[in-house]
Amino acid sequence: MIRVDRSFLLMALIFALLFAAPFVLPLIGQTYILSLLIKAMLLAIAAISLDLLIGQGGMISLGHAAFVAIGAYAAAIGLESGIENILVLLLLALLVSGLFALITGALALRTSGVYFLMITLAFGQMIYFTLTSLAPYGGDDGLTLWSMATFFGSDVVQSGGQLYLVVLLTLLLVWWGVHRLGNSRFGRVLRAARDNPERTEIIGFSVFRYRLTAYVIAGMIAAVSGLLTMQHAEFVSPSLAAWQRSGDLLVVVVLGGLGTRSGALLGAFFLVIVEEVLGSFIHEWRLIYGPLLVLLALHAKGGLSHLLLPVAAPARTGMPRTSEDNAS
Amino acid sequence: MNALEIRNLNKYFGALHVSRNISLSVPEGQCHALIGPNGAGKTTLIHQISGVLHADAGEIVLAGQDITTRKTWQRAQAGLGRTFQLTSVLPSFSVLENVALAVQARSGSSFRFFRPAAREKDLNEAAMETLERLNMADRAHVPADDLSHGERRLLELAIALAGAPGFLLLDEPMAGLGRVESAMLIDILADLRRTIPMLLVEHDMDAIFQLADTVSVLVDGQIVAQGAPEDVRNDPAARAAYLGDSGQ
Repeated sequence: MIRVDRSFLLMALIFALLFAAPFVLPLIGQTYILSLLIKAMLLAIAAISLDLLIGQGGMISLGHAAFVAIGAYAAAIGLESGIENILVLLLLALLVSGLFALITGALALRTSGVYFLMITLAFGQMIYFTLTSLAPYGGDDGLTLWSMATFFGSDVVQSGGQLYLVVLLTLLLVWWGVHRLGNSRFGRVLRAARDNPERTEIIGFSVFRYRLTAYVIAGMIAAVSGLLTMQHAEFVSPSLAAWQRSGDLLVVVVLGGLGTRSGALLGAFFLVIVEEVLGSFIHEWRLIYGPLLVLLALHAKGGLSHLLLPVAAPARTGMPRTSEDNAS
Repeated sequence: MNALEIRNLNKYFGALHVSRNISLSVPEGQCHALIGPNGAGKTTLIHQISGVLHADAGEIVLAGQDITTRKTWQRAQAGLGRTFQLTSVLPSFSVLENVALAVQARSGSSFRFFRPAAREKDLNEAAMETLERLNMADRAHVPADDLSHGERRLLELAIALAGAPGFLLLDEPMAGLGRVESAMLIDILADLRRTIPMLLVEHDMDAIFQLADTVSVLVDGQIVAQGAPEDVRNDPAARAAYLGDSGQ
């Protein structure tokens, strides 16, 4: 029981700091950091949804950024067509991403493992190239938005500090929601299917249906991150769907610790902070970032959450066991 | 009406004819044993009944319902429980959670996303009841990965039972068990067989003579002898298969 408390304590601390940030940072003249934190939180929302797929479901997707892009573009196109209410845009983003997840998921989930990874990558690329050819909405160059979404005409979801709070609340909601989901009946079936799909079917569950549902939920959460990304950047571009973005998400999830929502959160902050700090020292920051990832992968099995909370992330919450593990 | 009826089942692996016109029926309240040398196609038959493999021809009827074309999980929902020859449990789940998952499959929808399943009293109580039946209650909170081989075999059975099956497929439940454990499992199955009809694949002759009402001998994918255990014991074709005696 102690391990649950410690993990929650760390998360409570992080969320408390995030809530305090917009009140403290302006006092010391560091409002730029707020923008950085928004970036990290948006990344975290998408990463948590990917962790639902990978950590809970054992579905390693390399096309998850496509859903972020779909959310962003659905909202941006809606905005361009005159829909300004953020709730309507949200509905639009959820609808389009959910539908795309349903169709592509139904096809991709006929496979598993590395083939699933290839198919999701292919669907991701499909979205990327579709977006680059959307001439009315900027094509390659992306689309700068001249208006912003409103909350029933009010601008509470626009300015820096308030948008920050909206993103933070969304993150909190997603973190909590996915946490509940992981422990629910649904999450239990999903984890069972990850560990032993054949057994799960014999018990009487359609593995396909549970995985597909998880895929749709994860896609829709990622789209929410996309909608808020659009609102924050006032700009959308096809690069949102680039496969490198999906790779970043994968790194964040694995680095943070699989199957632990907290891990995805930590990983996202780690990535954004490292990029910023290293980037301020040296232009070729990736030269340091690369070896750093290698070191972490070698020495922090179970990810950052395991490093920070040695008892919080036992190997059991990790990936399906390999034959190597079974043999030992 | 028979609890399970198989009619003219055929299965090919490429050119290999692994199930040849297999027919057998298991009435309510009976245990039907399937014996035969290694490679005779016993597990292949179990796979076809449980839906892991699909038959190429023939019919499988469970309690009057034709399940030949159903998917594995649909057969389970229709009341078919099964254990595996090679133990197949969820290693990262606790013993209780393994069983609770099976209870979940028969009690209400599992498309529930919010309430913590581990705190659902109904699931846990039904799971504990099943574990108590198999004398495993004290191991409920141990990760399945930490169980001994014998305990895993029991857990395997507990998972199957927790689904409240109307029919049980048992694929060599005694495999790898010691004498004492085997004897205990035989007692448990002897208790069960009057309430749950079963198809039992087994090598252990003690078990078969204690449990089975009818025995089928499978050789090269074909049933060569079928009848009461005593009759099959004296059947020349069965003896040939087991004693390596060509009978000529």
